[in-house]
Amino acid sequence: MKIDVGYVAELARLELSEDEMKTFQPQLEDIVGYVEKISEVDVEGVPPMMHGREIVNAFREDEVRPSLETEVALANAPARVGDEFLLPKIVEGAES
Amino acid sequence: MELYELGIKAAREGLAKGEFSSEDIVKSVIGRYHERNGEIGAYVSFDEEQALGLARERPRDVPIAIKDLINVVGQPCTCGSKILEGYISPYDATVIANLKKNGFFPCGRVNMDEFAMGSSTENSALAVTRNPYDLSRVPGGSSGGSAAAVGGKMCIAALGSDTGGSIRQPASFCNCVGIKPSYGRVSRYGVTAFASSLDQVGPMAKSVEDAAILLGAIAGRDEMDGTTPDVPVPDYAARLEGADMKGVRIGVPREYYDVKGMDAEVRRITEGALKKCEEAGATLVEVSLPHTEYAMAVYYIIAPAEASANLARFDGVRYGHRSPLSKDVFSLYCKSRAEGFGAEVKRRIIIGTFVLSSGYQDAYYTRALKVRTLIKRDFDEVFGKCDALLTPCAPTPAFRLGELQDPLTMYLNDLFTIPSSLAGVCASSVPAGFTESGHLPVGVQFICAGYDEERLLRVSKAFEDIAGA
Repeated sequence: MKIDVGYVAELARLELSEDEMKTFQPQLEDIVGYVEKISEVDVEGVPPMMHGREIVNAFREDEVRPSLETEVALANAPARVGDEFLLPKIVEGAES
Repeated sequence: MELYELGIKAAREGLAKGEFSSEDIVKSVIGRYHERNGEIGAYVSFDEEQALGLARERPRDVPIAIKDLINVVGQPCTCGSKILEGYISPYDATVIANLKKNGFFPCGRVNMDEFAMGSSTENSALAVTRNPYDLSRVPGGSSGGSAAAVGGKMCIAALGSDTGGSIRQPASFCNCVGIKPSYGRVSRYGVTAFASSLDQVGPMAKSVEDAAILLGAIAGRDEMDGTTPDVPVPDYAARLEGADMKGVRIGVPREYYDVKGMDAEVRRITEGALKKCEEAGATLVEVSLPHTEYAMAVYYIIAPAEASANLARFDGVRYGHRSPLSKDVFSLYCKSRAEGFGAEVKRRIIIGTFVLSSGYQDAYYTRALKVRTLIKRDFDEVFGKCDALLTPCAPTPAFRLGELQDPLTMYLNDLFTIPSSLAGVCASSVPAGFTESGHLPVGVQFICAGYDEERLLRVSKAFEDIAGA
């Protein structure tokens, strides 16, 4: 299986160096080549196992409860302005 | 005898009699840390003041070393990654809150493979951890720091986490007891997620009884983790009373013994363990788990797929590393992640993203989920015929640092531990002997049905009692 590593890395929001691309390409193809072993198994009519246990709708009451204080939640922010996380501008053409 | 050598049970007895205090234990552990950590590298951070403060507040409680992916308020939580350098946990994980409720407190943070991805702790971006039984060798992984701290007598006991073998394989390498609880038995709230349909936190300890006490302290329903059911937690330690091999049906799954890559010493020790069980009154039952050979492939689709989604949260926005080079949000994501993550994490994110990507999802991810059903059915079937399975834990004893360079070869370490993780059942690693050539510890794995930890611990205890014989 040929993997377009550059394309998949972009989907994953990962910038890879030239060296990483070169190292990863054969390694990833080895791994994907190995996992293709599952194509041998007859899975006709077998349901997928979606969870580690069979659980359906683990709901709780939707009620307001105490949660992290704003200051605590912002304490690890790489950059902030007031009570918000600060980011570069997101919308093209908008004023930053 | 130094206090750091004690296990949980002995520490509790001494504390109850007033022979020493929690502070005395912590001071002893800190002394040992200064003496040994330079060589072994089990701990990545140790807030001595916080540990001593907690010990003074709780003079009858027992300190526990914590794997560096479990949040403890006010402490770092690096997950072995550069991307979380400088991060300070804003709250306690449920397992930490449970420890504090049940006579324990956190004391020091131990090393791990980055985001729990690895089998040697060599993927940690923070420190090198060495096997206390042979410093040229790895402690196993990903809970290698926990195992090295327990095996090197640098703590009373530790918490680890296990996704595909990350408690059991390092326990085998470092001569400790490790328990991978059934899926959902222990809350993951506040534990950094790797593969959410597989992750479990569990004890790593100096004896089965200690592991039972510690598991009882952390297990149970938590409304902050929807996968934890309201199933009562028995007093595991009390139920060990009279644990015995007599009449126990030990399943011997032929697929685990036919493996060609198994080290000869591991085979000798595991077959010796079977013999000891039989001599102690167990019945050996040959069983088959026919889909075992597909488990590795299934795991290396499902775990990276889930990891690729879980690790999307590390984007440089709310916490963790933010690249100073980014000019817009897209490059902020891409560069922060490129600079923060190590090679193995990047590989798994790419594999996971690939198997979930348009055009490939059905052939890889969805198909893997179906094969997982077949693997689970194999286990359902055998637990009708036997009480516990006995298998090798890892295919080899501890290998040398730097010895396994190829990712796929490293993955094979989890050959025997992955199937039970996929099935969601519980399993242990119990010390079974030492290699003749290098005097390296080797553990065996017991596997029991889901939520049958009581039986798992009893069988493990019965084995522990005869293992030295």
